[in-house]
Amino acid sequence: MASLVGSRVERKEDKRFLTGKGRYTADINLANQTYAIFVRSPHARASIKKINIDKALKSSGVVSILTGKEIADDKIGGLIAGWAIRSEDGTEMKCPGNPPLAKDNVNFVGDPVAVVIAESLAEAKDAAEKVEVDYKILKAVTSTADAMNGDTIHEGIDKNLCFDWLLGDRQKVKEAFDKADKVISIDIINNRLIPNAMEPRACVADYNAASEEITLYTTSQNPHLSRLIMSAFGNVAPEHKLRVVAPDVGGGFGSKINVYNEDIVCSWAAKKINRAIKWVAERSESFLTDIHGRDHVTHAELAVTKDGKFLGFKNETIANLGAYARVFGTVTPTYLFGPCATGVYEIPAAYTNVKAVYTNTAPVDAYRGAGRPEATYTIERLVEKASMELGIDKTELRIKNFPTAFPFKQTLVHTVDSGDYVAGMEKAKQMADYKGFEARRKESEAKGKLRGIGVTSYFEACGIAPSAAVMSLGCGVGLWESAEVRFNPTGQVTVYTGSHSHGQSHQTTFAQIAADELGVPIENIDIVHGDTDKGTFGMGTYGSRSLAVGGIAIVNACKKIVEKGKRVTAKMLEANPEDVEFKDGEFIVSKSNKKKTIGEVAFACYLPGVRDEMKSPLPEGDEPGLKETSFYDPSNFSFPAGTHIAEVEIDPETGHVKLEKYTACDDFGRIINPMVVEGQVHGGLAQGIGQALYENAEYDETGQLMTGSYMDYTMPRADNFPEFNIGYTCTHATTNPLGVKGCGEAGAIAAPPTVMNAVIDALGGQEVTMPATAEKVWKACKNLKKSNSKAA
Amino acid sequence: MKDFNYHSAKDSKEASKLASSNSAFLAGGMTTIPSMKLGLATYKDLIDIKNIKKLSGIKVSGKSVIIGAATKHVEVANSKDVKKAIPSLSSLAEGIGDPQVRNRGTIGGSIANNDPSADYPSACIALNATIHTNERKIEASKFFKGMFETALKKGELIEAVEFQIPEKSSYQKHPNPASRYAVVGVYVAKHKSDVNVAVTGAKSCVYNDKEMAKALSGNFSSSSIDGMDLDSSDMNSDIHASAEYRASLVVTQAKKAVDAC
Ligand SMILES: Cc1cc2nc3c(=O)[nH]c(=O)nc-3n(C[C@H](O)[C@H](O)[C@H](O)COP(=O)(O)OP(=O)(O)OC[C@H]3O[C@@H](n4cnc5c(N)ncnc54)[C@H](O)[C@@H]3O)c2cc1C
Repeated sequence: MASLVGSRVERKEDKRFLTGKGRYTADINLANQTYAIFVRSPHARASIKKINIDKALKSSGVVSILTGKEIADDKIGGLIAGWAIRSEDGTEMKCPGNPPLAKDNVNFVGDPVAVVIAESLAEAKDAAEKVEVDYKILKAVTSTADAMNGDTIHEGIDKNLCFDWLLGDRQKVKEAFDKADKVISIDIINNRLIPNAMEPRACVADYNAASEEITLYTTSQNPHLSRLIMSAFGNVAPEHKLRVVAPDVGGGFGSKINVYNEDIVCSWAAKKINRAIKWVAERSESFLTDIHGRDHVTHAELAVTKDGKFLGFKNETIANLGAYARVFGTVTPTYLFGPCATGVYEIPAAYTNVKAVYTNTAPVDAYRGAGRPEATYTIERLVEKASMELGIDKTELRIKNFPTAFPFKQTLVHTVDSGDYVAGMEKAKQMADYKGFEARRKESEAKGKLRGIGVTSYFEACGIAPSAAVMSLGCGVGLWESAEVRFNPTGQVTVYTGSHSHGQSHQTTFAQIAADELGVPIENIDIVHGDTDKGTFGMGTYGSRSLAVGGIAIVNACKKIVEKGKRVTAKMLEANPEDVEFKDGEFIVSKSNKKKTIGEVAFACYLPGVRDEMKSPLPEGDEPGLKETSFYDPSNFSFPAGTHIAEVEIDPETGHVKLEKYTACDDFGRIINPMVVEGQVHGGLAQGIGQALYENAEYDETGQLMTGSYMDYTMPRADNFPEFNIGYTCTHATTNPLGVKGCGEAGAIAAPPTVMNAVIDALGGQEVTMPATAEKVWKACKNLKKSNSKAA
Repeated sequence: MKDFNYHSAKDSKEASKLASSNSAFLAGGMTTIPSMKLGLATYKDLIDIKNIKKLSGIKVSGKSVIIGAATKHVEVANSKDVKKAIPSLSSLAEGIGDPQVRNRGTIGGSIANNDPSADYPSACIALNATIHTNERKIEASKFFKGMFETALKKGELIEAVEFQIPEKSSYQKHPNPASRYAVVGVYVAKHKSDVNVAVTGAKSCVYNDKEMAKALSGNFSSSSIDGMDLDSSDMNSDIHASAEYRASLVVTQAKKAVDAC
């Protein structure tokens, strides 16, 4: 049987999606259901003086109106930060309470203060307009850079500072800088983004008074984790009385990791009114209340020798957490950011210092790449600037500082098991025709255009996260994954995974893996996920972990099945278990023609007897049935890496930037399905290029979101992109049996600095902030013209 | 969205009879429906005019192109006759919004709405258009009054737009990357006796830039407007473009349009 791993198997899920048969949360309608509308704060910062619901209660069709008071009275907990971070001075981070419905204060536009539940959506909307909230408006803090000088948002949190965290050794860095021939420094902003999953958030909550069980259908990337949080911290119901189902989910990109206010409120309220409640976000609510991403202000420095060896690195960053610290809010700008900020280079001394601040803006949390795009942007912009200032070719300078031996002990935390950065760079240069750039630049020049080329070499730490390793760093939790492989008596296989597919094609790739491990045709394998009542506990999908952690749990569970199969075959064929080999779905007794198919073995496991005989095919100690579970906790992160090269052409008269060429050469380790990986790379690139050239979440000084719709928030479209040129190098991960590394975030990590390096190259080294909009670039072109005419 | 009454009018007369101070005509609905959904507008009655046969279709004669008010953008973009008579007009239609918008939005709705960054108003000004309503004919130069304001009276229905076929013309838009509306769009048309330089997006309402038109009447070459320094004091300024940038774009897009003529 040919191996399926490595081949372009067509997506099993496509038929359902392409024929409109996907079943999303908003498609679920329960008998006797009600509709919820949330009354949200129109102010960025205010105290609530009074809420008057009298008029609203009289509105037609209203079933119930609940506010922060009721939820507090019922002792329902708030939303939480999942990772405790310690400041440099040893103090613990400071987090404000974040009640599901605000009771005393609102802290960003969109913060919910009440829920209106009615018989129909229109009635709920009408009534919501009649809820009168009396606010005392307070001065909002919105700027990341100035947040520490603003009014105190949360009582007792001085300077709006959650933590002031250090990774690395300041003294060693100082010594390195003292020895440097030159210091390159840079001030950059990592612009705030709105994830914009295609499917807006939604939930349907149901209460069964007989079993006293709450069922929550929700748009989640991690239903098990959501249940844990809602139960342990939200006090909504004990875990065994709470079922969380995340059916088809239309994209997450991190924005659907969090348990949100609406999940908790609807679950709690469904029990209170003893009826099902449905809530579906409108797009404007998504803009306002989905978590946002990035939002860093960074000053970084690189100490170098005159021939281009890196000696030391400093990174001083202010990270905006938004109004509250959410699940991955505190770990994203620390452990997911700091260690990767030294990039793919040997830098003897380095530190990253992050001050995480609260502002009156939507909470900021993990968004595709989470911390690693910010890290890569910092180091790669700095390295590109170094190449300009030192006059050393940008690819040569990088190669000069690449590690050549693996495992590579990276400066701050990670030991990278495998990679070949030089090979990746060489291949990318070839794919991009790096040598031919000068000729293309001249052609553009002849047309009156400016052409630039930009390079990024990145690595990232994904497959999050090895429990022992991350907890030793001070993190609160590690993240393993589980799988259960269940043979049915008639030979088909159901694989339960704790990870969740919302665009990642698990139904296909995980089935490819199981098919190869078990020798069962892929049509006979189903992947089941997204329901806490199905399968064991799971951590979910984010941080490019599904394959590198969840996939390995499947492999391990399959291996246990095969081990049991060998024992059963040995008993059935009267051989030694050690003499039984397994290949392509058959258990073969070596040096004989005796064999059993895995289907026969499964059947025997479920029917462990022989008619009219006192005989069992099962060896002593083995129970009937064929089902195995594995919990896999990785020994290390996995480390995808690669080099990307972009070319842009700028029209100096309008400042319009056209992305002409984009080359991505990545090392994802073993590739299970090249077609699926291409899709992941394309999507990541679209989001990364979007960050560089188009997307920006902008608040005004009163905390109103200026980019709250697609009329103002630029989502990139297909015609903004060239045909992507994608290739791979491959070094297998040595830390997991599949040799896989993860590919979900690479595009979003590498593309922003790649594109910006190209833009800045075209602009003769002038700094432009992301997104490089036409107006900003036009201004830079004018400066360039001025300085050129002065020089001439 | 609040409840409303839906009417489908069979002819212009019925449509204007149904109109009141609390109604809107429903053409493509691409402006009306989103405004209602967002609560920015509420109407008691929506009067659908798409079923009025007379309002749809394109007629081309030697001198003019007449487009029915309920004709969709996609129809103008794909019309062979328009492409032949005034290619810049079909390419303008092709550049409006996205396919969904072009498949519903209409020329009548667009000019009745008179969004300061809409494309069609510039075509009307540049191509010396006449707006035919159920009551009268209005010259384009007298039709567009100000931001979202036109010469239309209550219940007055646009039936068609008549464009004068120019010797040459070109429309050059610098689109807002998010909405694809014009940050600045310049429509240059050279007629036998005059040149028009219609500008949309730059100010609160479309206008004919007399200074550039004059320069181009003397010498129809981009060099005659190159480096022109426009007054930006009454130009729009928002998160997408400052007034200063818009002023520069007006000249740049005008030059591009002249070069493309
Ligand atoms: C996402 C998006 C992108 C867009 N991008 C662009 C763009 O790039 N460029 C651009 O120019 N436009 C753009 N538009 C607007 C679009 O072109 C529509 O044409 C415009 O919204 C109005 O046309 P409509 O037929 O949809 O009018 P409707 O929404 O049906 O009506 C709009 C108004 O016009 C009135 N009206 C309609 N027809 C008549 C008539 N015959 N007589 C009198 N009054 C009438 C109605 O009463 C109403 O007040 C965009 C719209 C959207 C939603």
